[in-house]
Amino acid sequence: MRGMTLIVKTVTSLVSAFILLYGIYVVLYGHLSPGGGFPGGVILACCLILMVLAFGKKFVDDIVSERAPYLWDCVGALAFLGVALVGYYGGSFFYNFLVSPESHQGAAAAVAGNYRLFSSGIILPCNIAIGIKVAACLVGVFAVLSVFRPEPRSEDPTR
Amino acid sequence: MDITLALYLLIAFMIVAAVIAVEAKDLLSSVISVSAAGAGLSIVFLLLGAPDLAITQVVVEVLSLVILIRATVTRKDTTYDLRPNTFAVAGGLVFCALLCAMCYYAFAHMVPFGQPRMTMGLPYLLNTFERTGAANAVMGTILDFRAYDTLGEATVIFASIIGAYVLLRHVGRKPDARHDTHR
Amino acid sequence: MIPFFLSIVLLAVGVYAIACKRNLIKVVIGVMIADYAVNLFLILMGYRTGAGGAPIRTAAADTAEKFAAASVDPLPQALILTSIVIGLGMTALMAALAIRLHEKYGTFDVAEMKKLQG
Repeated sequence: MRGMTLIVKTVTSLVSAFILLYGIYVVLYGHLSPGGGFPGGVILACCLILMVLAFGKKFVDDIVSERAPYLWDCVGALAFLGVALVGYYGGSFFYNFLVSPESHQGAAAAVAGNYRLFSSGIILPCNIAIGIKVAACLVGVFAVLSVFRPEPRSEDPTR
Repeated sequence: MDITLALYLLIAFMIVAAVIAVEAKDLLSSVISVSAAGAGLSIVFLLLGAPDLAITQVVVEVLSLVILIRATVTRKDTTYDLRPNTFAVAGGLVFCALLCAMCYYAFAHMVPFGQPRMTMGLPYLLNTFERTGAANAVMGTILDFRAYDTLGEATVIFASIIGAYVLLRHVGRKPDARHDTHR
Repeated sequence: MIPFFLSIVLLAVGVYAIACKRNLIKVVIGVMIADYAVNLFLILMGYRTGAGGAPIRTAAADTAEKFAAASVDPLPQALILTSIVIGLGMTALMAALAIRLHEKYGTFDVAEMKKLQG
């Protein structure tokens, strides 16, 4: 798969770092502003797809191996499940064990630590796991659909 | 701020784009029209107070546009100049008219637009900040109060993507199926 | 009531495309349109006229009652977030099916494929 023209390549090399940064911001700050794991993961996947489309398959093959999307997809899914199972330490499945126990009864002490990046307990690791998972599975689907084509065969009659 | 006029205009735009997408002769035009309908839906989400959903809808729209263009642009299509099956089209139109009539009757007995009951929404809004620490009530809902649903969703995405991998692979196909490539 | 009815009109357009079109890509487009229509209906169920703010708590609405009085219902938004991403997975799977069927039969025409001479 060939890349595109020089203008597209130049603009992509300038802009893709910002798109990646924006995707990471949307994933990390999901509990404070609109966003979260799902749109952030799709934005990260779009950045990688932009690089594949602009530079061609050969360039990206050196950076990302063929098995990498499948691997990171499974890592993200298992991380999400792991965060859920660790909640058993607090008492039940998906228990929000990182938030202080008083806040489960609604005390005002929990309010003092909020509006920061590391507030809200279990939601931040869950967002990161979901962001990794969604980004990896969409890059994998794009790779299977468009990049890894079979070699063209000679003209055989159909069955 | 009254959003009724803008809401009606945007939904009318979506309906027109959907009709164009369904009836266009060129596959590329219909794919682009469906993406226009998706973009209109994203603005509707923003008007109705859902910025999370607006971001998600726009980026998902872009990605499905890329996927559909990959499936359609390089293909030759031979269904343009065929006579449409009149019985099927008539049956479809009658069914759609029946659907609209029955829904019109049903909506007359539903809660009016703009006054939801919020039986579960109100406890979620009142308790999210203190009990989960998340300022975004939607994130607090899907990742703390209803995290099990999010696990189910991650499973569904996983399964559908694995289905796409299995359909398009070349390594594990049966021997007689390795040779059908109509390129 | 009118916005609900308009979203059902959009659903009817999508269902018409699924049922009456011979081209497989038009069927896929019909499923996407039906998905948009259902998401639109769900978000219309959650809107509150007069209090149409987003359910994100800022420092301005400091007590829980003030926040709950000024924002829309968050539960339909949680359901729709799930539904949008599942719709994307569905589109990817249907596109993969369409590509594979085109590889096998050489056409997107559903009536040709139904002859089942493989």
